[in-house]
Amino acid sequence: MSTTQLEEPTRDLSEDELLRLGLYRQVVRIRAFEERAYRLFMEGLVKGTSHLSLGMEAIAAGFGEAMRADDYTFCTYRGHAHTLARGTPMAGVMGELLGRASGVCGGKGGSMHLTSVEHGAMGSYAIIGAHLPIANGAAWSAQVRDSGQVAVCFFGDGTTNIGAFHEALNFAKVWNLPVVFVCENNLYMEYTAIGDVTAVEHPAADRASAYGLEPIIVDGNDPDAVYEVAATAIERARTGGGPSLIEAKTYRHGGHSRADPGQYRPDEEVAAWLERDPVPTYRARLLADGLDEAALTEIETQAQADVDAATDVARAAPPPDLQAAYTNLWADGGSSWRN
Amino acid sequence: MAELITYRDAVARGLAQEMRRDPSVHFLGEDVAAAGGVFKATKGLLEEFGPQRVRDTPISEEAILGAAMGAAMTGLKPVAEIMFSDFLATCWDLVAVEIPKTRYMTDGQVTMPLVIRTANGGGLRFGAQHSQAVENWAMAIPGLKVVAPSNPKDVIGLLAAAIRDPDPVLFFEQKSLYPSKGEVPDGEIVDELGVATTIRSGSDVTIVALASMVPRAVDAAEELEGIGISAEVIDLRCLVPLDTATVIESVKRTSRLVTVEENPRLCGWGAEIVSIVGEECFWHLDGPLTRVTTPHIPLPSADALEDEFLPSVDRIVEAVQKVVQ
Ligand SMILES: Cc1ncc(C[n+]2csc(CCOP(=O)(O)OP(=O)(O)O)c2C)c(N)n1
Ligand SMILES: [Mg+2]
Repeated sequence: MSTTQLEEPTRDLSEDELLRLGLYRQVVRIRAFEERAYRLFMEGLVKGTSHLSLGMEAIAAGFGEAMRADDYTFCTYRGHAHTLARGTPMAGVMGELLGRASGVCGGKGGSMHLTSVEHGAMGSYAIIGAHLPIANGAAWSAQVRDSGQVAVCFFGDGTTNIGAFHEALNFAKVWNLPVVFVCENNLYMEYTAIGDVTAVEHPAADRASAYGLEPIIVDGNDPDAVYEVAATAIERARTGGGPSLIEAKTYRHGGHSRADPGQYRPDEEVAAWLERDPVPTYRARLLADGLDEAALTEIETQAQADVDAATDVARAAPPPDLQAAYTNLWADGGSSWRN
Repeated sequence: MAELITYRDAVARGLAQEMRRDPSVHFLGEDVAAAGGVFKATKGLLEEFGPQRVRDTPISEEAILGAAMGAAMTGLKPVAEIMFSDFLATCWDLVAVEIPKTRYMTDGQVTMPLVIRTANGGGLRFGAQHSQAVENWAMAIPGLKVVAPSNPKDVIGLLAAAIRDPDPVLFFEQKSLYPSKGEVPDGEIVDELGVATTIRSGSDVTIVALASMVPRAVDAAEELEGIGISAEVIDLRCLVPLDTATVIESVKRTSRLVTVEENPRLCGWGAEIVSIVGEECFWHLDGPLTRVTTPHIPLPSADALEDEFLPSVDRIVEAVQKVVQ
């Protein structure tokens, strides 16, 4: 199977085999990548930290398929999925996780700062809330340039309690910016349940009306449903209808980061969400809707092969040259501060 | 031809000069458009460039700098105003973490051609939350260029240079200087970042000053001349890039250094100058490297206190006398 190129996306999703295969390919590739990233972290090859999107793949998939190639993605340290979903080559992402010269940021970013501007992945930001105002800026620039581009900004439930979230939503609304804010509500910030620290039940949706926005909640484990709300919000932004705020309910299969076993979460809650794992449930739905199993298997096989190849390339790549540390602070390529 | 204009009017003139030249320059901030800024430094820009390019914002400092950053990453050259430099603390993440690091962390995938203008420092009896000179905060951040002009001509030329620079620049306007006047030539003025100016030659001591401390250093040098001490005065103009060459060359000749800083004492920019000069001019020195600063206190409001604790001409003269004796 070659990469899915949609001719004319129709809203009758169950009949749109190409689109749904594209969504399936996205969730499967992200799943395969994240499982490998976890393994490499446990082996000590991914250093520092890593925040996985295992269980949350459908959100990146739905938006990735709904975005135009020149749209902008702004995401968080939990950003492997969103960076891959825009078409960033796996080898470059894996290289960055392993701290190699071949990484998308030459080893200066790391797992939390994946960026591939040529794919519209405008950065992964690790200060909670920081990138919401920045996404506004890209949307403002698109508005000024009349380029029709849309900025899509992903963040967690915990992020709805920081000031930048509120500043950014108000600002986006009063400037009518082409930006889509997507709260990936996985029910926890780091180790604290979001309900224990939030004044409202739905951390994003219940705040929407304060900024003149419609409350939108979507099943973040359902690629079809995510695609649907994504396409609608992106279209609205592209045609001058202004910002949207979407709360996608989801759950991470593992802990917050690194080797966190996530033991602060009740067993029944974990079990219930594992039942709703977006990968097997979507696979079953596609089969029930009559898609060819061979096509799904081919996607799965290809994803594993791609992850294997990316891992090999990254492992074989050298570490960054020591001199690279002094490059690219300034636009002249260097880092000097005095004459 | 030249005309005498205020530091305040120089800000609007510099911005207008660059906005005329480059349609990608956009300006945003609180009360900057219709009201022309709380210091009236941006009067007339809305009328000339319209509400698309000169935009009032909500009181949302993070949103302002975030908008500037995202826009800079995607093709605009934004100039953002933060009304008082003390307020930089409310958007410090953008200033210290997002704007300066993103180019580096992405290994050069993005550039950040933006300018943050802000009214800095004391002298107006505004009290500790609207008066601190914070240029040393900015200097401590790898990835930010830091400019602080002392006169109207430099305001225009350095603002133009900052806007044309492909890197992020924090542009400090010293608020007590807004009403001060200076000669400004007609036509386009474009200066260069990272070049200090020697505004008075001397042979006994080098006084290095910045922004509002420059006129005081010059007054002190004149007084010192009366008592037989010949002081050279350097207006640093930029903290990053830092023109160490001009300072080092001067100190090697005069063999003495006094820095005059408005920022509070600890880790003020003068400490960096003193350290560089200590390392690189040690064998040329004939006196202790000396700093005149605001003491390490928040700036009090009462005029009697503010006048006492900002570095004064008298304190500069006294410090130089000690070094030269
Ligand atoms: C300003 C700030 N405060 C705290 C942290 C530490 N921190 C990192 S991730 C995280 C939890 C964020 O939760 P959420 O927004 O729900 O995102 P999730 O990790 O669940 O995707 C915290 C508190 C940070 N990076 N930045
Ligand atoms: Mg969360």
